[in-house]
Amino acid sequence: MSDTRTTGFPGVEQTVLGADEIIINMGPQHPSTHGVLRVKLRLDGERIVDSECVIGYLHRGVEKIAEHRSYQQFAPYVDRMDYVAAVSNGLGYCEAVEKLLGTEAPMRAKVVRTILTELQRISSHLLWLGTHAIDIGALTPLFYCLREREEILKIFEKYCGARLTTHAFRIGGLQYDTYDGFEAETKRFCLDFSHRVDEYEALLTENRIWIARTKGIGVLSAADAIDMGATGPVLRGSGVKWDIRKAMPYAAYDRYEFEIPIGQNGDTYDRYIVRMQEMRQSNRICLQAIEDIPAGPIMGKVGKVLKPPVGEVYHSIEAPKGELGYYIVSDGTTQPYRVRIRPPSFINLEALDKMIKGHLVADVVAIIGTLDIVLGEVDR
Amino acid sequence: MVNDPSEKKPPAPAETPSEKPAGASAEKPAAAPPKPAAPAAPKPPAVPPPPKEGPVPLDNDLVKRFKARFGDNIREAWTDRKQAILVVDRESLAEISEYSRDDEGFDYLVDLTAVDWPKREKRFDVVLNLYSFKKNERLRLKVFLGEGENCPSVTGVWSTANWLERECFDMFGIVFEGHPKLTRILLPDEWQGHPLRKDYDILTQDTAWVRENLGIESGQ
Repeated sequence: MSDTRTTGFPGVEQTVLGADEIIINMGPQHPSTHGVLRVKLRLDGERIVDSECVIGYLHRGVEKIAEHRSYQQFAPYVDRMDYVAAVSNGLGYCEAVEKLLGTEAPMRAKVVRTILTELQRISSHLLWLGTHAIDIGALTPLFYCLREREEILKIFEKYCGARLTTHAFRIGGLQYDTYDGFEAETKRFCLDFSHRVDEYEALLTENRIWIARTKGIGVLSAADAIDMGATGPVLRGSGVKWDIRKAMPYAAYDRYEFEIPIGQNGDTYDRYIVRMQEMRQSNRICLQAIEDIPAGPIMGKVGKVLKPPVGEVYHSIEAPKGELGYYIVSDGTTQPYRVRIRPPSFINLEALDKMIKGHLVADVVAIIGTLDIVLGEVDR
Repeated sequence: MVNDPSEKKPPAPAETPSEKPAGASAEKPAAAPPKPAAPAAPKPPAVPPPPKEGPVPLDNDLVKRFKARFGDNIREAWTDRKQAILVVDRESLAEISEYSRDDEGFDYLVDLTAVDWPKREKRFDVVLNLYSFKKNERLRLKVFLGEGENCPSVTGVWSTANWLERECFDMFGIVFEGHPKLTRILLPDEWQGHPLRKDYDILTQDTAWVRENLGIESGQ
């Protein structure tokens, strides 16, 4: 198809090609989709007219598996959903089952859980920052981010033997007490880390290319964010001051002081700022928590065989990506009758179609990055 | 450090702090699953009166307002682990959802899912988890659906419901009336069967699909 357009010179018309819309596939194997995500894009030139996400490539049937495992046996599986924030997944699951049982972990366990979960939030945000920057073309931050992330993973490794799929917590508390030097190492990392965030910010926050690529890109208004069910930094970037750690405190969060950073415009830049601030706040929580880890048992009074009373419970935590919820139904046996996982990435990804409309193809990469999805969690 | 092995033995019924294993199943209000075996809530026996676990009928202001507005369409109300649950009529779900969002402030649909109870007369529970930013409060709506009955879509009330309902359709085969595009979301479009139904065994697969598309005999 061809089309004629005026050229600006009186009486001269030019024939232009390609007024048709074309459809292209991004993914499922594409470095910027952070996993196996396929986005079908309908384009007018370079502008996105319409899009559709195709997901499910990593579907493993985690919820079905849960129905065939005992409560404890299922715990390691949740680490494989959001595999860059396994500790948070584990915390949500353990607390949900504890709520179902009507028990609580002892204070020492809660504080250690809080520290590890906040370290995990930092490491998850670091990986996000590095990959998000690399997607947009800034190669340098990734190396710095991975350097600090490595420190956190080393702490995890020393604590429980695993770096990524940690299975750090147990229903009722912790399996392992902290190792010798845990406090000192964590403290050293945290004291150092606030300067590290300054370094990342020096690279990006006022970088003209960074601003040009992120400001005004992928705007999500507060009303839309709520309507789309977006949570975590995506919701807060749109200016909604809501964090489950404050709204419905769990673990030991009510013992510590921290702020909820929010953005104003709901664009990619604001979400970047929110996550940078969140890393500082997590660091602040860690520093407070590490100062006084209460003495005492690390495991609550939980039997070897768990038979929660008949009923159901919904429990959610503020995972690095947003609200991670577990809805567990018990029929009084040793295996859950139903486990429903409310994945933050899945629901945040739903907003993608809305956010990329009208933007350029290159911006799709930035917007996928800013949503901070993990496909293991989207597909479960 | 590790839990005391002597603590887990006595299956103390949740209400009495005494260690006597009394008739533990009697205190439960008629629960649906056929196995109320021993609801052993392993509680530290020293703590004063342990909170009662399981469903407790609920009749607070919120429920009263819902009942005043919708009458018998609010079938039941109870709390479980202090979480409010409302069972509502299938036909009025969309209307009740809209009321929950606009008048009660439950503007955030946290989750929408289903639970399969094949032995019940109404086989499926469709479960909507709601949250109100204003009140900092959660509410769970439930709809009971028989086999082959459709559920009204709530996509018009909360946009989130779009993917959640698709997933629910994918996993349970529940049809949401009025959904803009009810197709599978996690499984391939041509897949046969709905895996989270209880009669779908964990080893079951759509062998024909696997043979045709993956070129292998079986995915197991």
